[in-house]
Amino acid sequence: MFKFLTPQNRSLLWQLVITDFKLRYQGSLLGYLWSLLKPLLLFGVLYGVFTYVLPLGKDVPHYGTYLLLGVVLWSFFVEATSMGMNSIVGRADMVRKVKVSKVAIVVASTLSASVNLLLNLIIVLFFMAITKVDIQPTVAFFPIILIELVALAMAMSFFLSALYVKYRDIAPIWEVVLQVLFYATPIIYPLTKVTSPYLRQLIMLSPLAQILQDSREMLITPVTITSHEILPLWLSIGLPAVIVVGLVVAAALFFRKSSKTFAENL
Amino acid sequence: MADKKIVIEVKNVGKTFRLPHERASTLKQAFLTLHKRRYESFNVLRDVSFDIKQGEFFGILGRNGSGKSTLLKLLADIYAPTHGKIQVNGTLTPFIELGVGFNAELTGRENVFLNGAILGLTQKEIKQKYNEIVAFAELERFMDQKLKNYSSGMQVRLAFAIAIQAHNSILLIDEVLAVGDESFQDKCLKVFSQIKKDGQKTVVFVSHDMASVQRFCDRAVVIHDGNLVYEGKPANAVLEYRKLNFPETVLDASGKKRQPVRARLTDENGRHKSLFSTGDKAIMHVEWDPDERIKNVGVAIFKDDDYYMFGSNTIGDEVKVKGNKLEHKFEINFGGGHYYTRIGFFGETGNDKVHFINDGPMFSVNNPVAWQGASFVKHSWRNV
Repeated sequence: MFKFLTPQNRSLLWQLVITDFKLRYQGSLLGYLWSLLKPLLLFGVLYGVFTYVLPLGKDVPHYGTYLLLGVVLWSFFVEATSMGMNSIVGRADMVRKVKVSKVAIVVASTLSASVNLLLNLIIVLFFMAITKVDIQPTVAFFPIILIELVALAMAMSFFLSALYVKYRDIAPIWEVVLQVLFYATPIIYPLTKVTSPYLRQLIMLSPLAQILQDSREMLITPVTITSHEILPLWLSIGLPAVIVVGLVVAAALFFRKSSKTFAENL
Repeated sequence: MADKKIVIEVKNVGKTFRLPHERASTLKQAFLTLHKRRYESFNVLRDVSFDIKQGEFFGILGRNGSGKSTLLKLLADIYAPTHGKIQVNGTLTPFIELGVGFNAELTGRENVFLNGAILGLTQKEIKQKYNEIVAFAELERFMDQKLKNYSSGMQVRLAFAIAIQAHNSILLIDEVLAVGDESFQDKCLKVFSQIKKDGQKTVVFVSHDMASVQRFCDRAVVIHDGNLVYEGKPANAVLEYRKLNFPETVLDASGKKRQPVRARLTDENGRHKSLFSTGDKAIMHVEWDPDERIKNVGVAIFKDDDYYMFGSNTIGDEVKVKGNKLEHKFEINFGGGHYYTRIGFFGETGNDKVHFINDGPMFSVNNPVAWQGASFVKHSWRNV
């Protein structure tokens, strides 16, 4: 990892990220605003539906902001993994024709998505301010959760990008997996609506659910159910740590092995 | 030279591509064929070894498909060798393809920074060299325009300028001289001459242009069918390369086993020739062991990128094949570049092939001065 951060690779990362940023909304009228508008619009739809049509969140204080934070974090995961999956295949000419750090290409895609995440979090802060959310002291731990989320997305990107070089059906498969995860993660529904305690525990085993619920507790309201409330403490801290660290290590090894033949297989 | 340190060490390198009979690009195929997956192993390179010393101009000669491009990609560390080891001491710029990562929607300036980073320059280095790059490319006025508004010649100039400024100690060059207009080619040649004079950089030059290999290189190897068949002086390498690719002429001289069909290319006076200028007349001498089946002989000329330039046959031209020797005289109306030929021997129809030479005599055409393009068209001007 430290070998990776040479000045050359840092400069490559920087160029890839800013190029992506410049090109992302090339030719669109609103430009970068779309980065902010997209999750806001999704949030608007979900908020309308789950406040008026199917009032799931009426017991949750600040349900709007609560929902927005969930949508923003989830959108990041979707965007980062989708961009990550496509990163190597999308830059096939580069991989085939020059010696270039393939790790940097994948990391750059995660960083691009992370830039968007930070912009979106500013919107969340803005909503927190106007809905007068009481800032919790636990907010100090939020950066750790963010790092966990980015690490998780990056690990998945390494797996997906390497597999995508060989098997193009990873794309539809991952789309379906994301759909399943969307409903298996308490994004739109508060966990209190899940009545079975076993199901709650099962849901909270997923690091994504843990990340979402911890973020909400830290930023918005202590009234949310987090993994350390319903799981044994060793499990609630140990499991996400093991899963995320394990995924990162496995992804790094897998990527290093398969990246040797990228140039031939693309 | 002996005391110079070795910058590239190639040791028993082999490269095998495993090509599945039916490439599994979906999971279903991968599962279905899991047990009976058959690969065709294709040895592109076999047991190749050589050293390149610091400051050398090193030529690699070989036909299309001989494995020279694979060797170059192995040297550039784009491919990993299947066998053996390649040790590179120094930083290396590949000129395999120029302008990798160029984006039409970015400005010239932005592309310089992006492409520079891809070639391994740091942000700081690009900033320092930016003015030099722009000046070399002669694009001062265009740097804030989007690349899509550049002509292809301008793009090549910019790409070459960045690559040459990468100032790495080893340059890998894959026939980039074939691009760009005349004046830019001159400029590139000057740069190479300068590099050669300085003697600091090591240059690996991959080509099938025998003239430039002889002009620039200190040492050369010949790659043929994945094997290194010669290593030594460029002049000898060129001879060796000719022998391999115009085997007919050699077979005549040494009296080795004759092939059933033979062809050689000469000028109008019957002297062996492989470098022509546009407008020159050439004669393809075709000879075959007497065979009653052969009623029709055709010669086709291809450019080295496999573009079919011209082809004709005796039946089409209403010529009756009488003996077992033919002279096919033609005028070279092509633009500058490298060409190869294919020669077919048929019965009455075009489908009943008797013999076919896929790698007939090759020739090169000098870059024309007065006109541009792939072929010469008779033309005139008139003041009115």
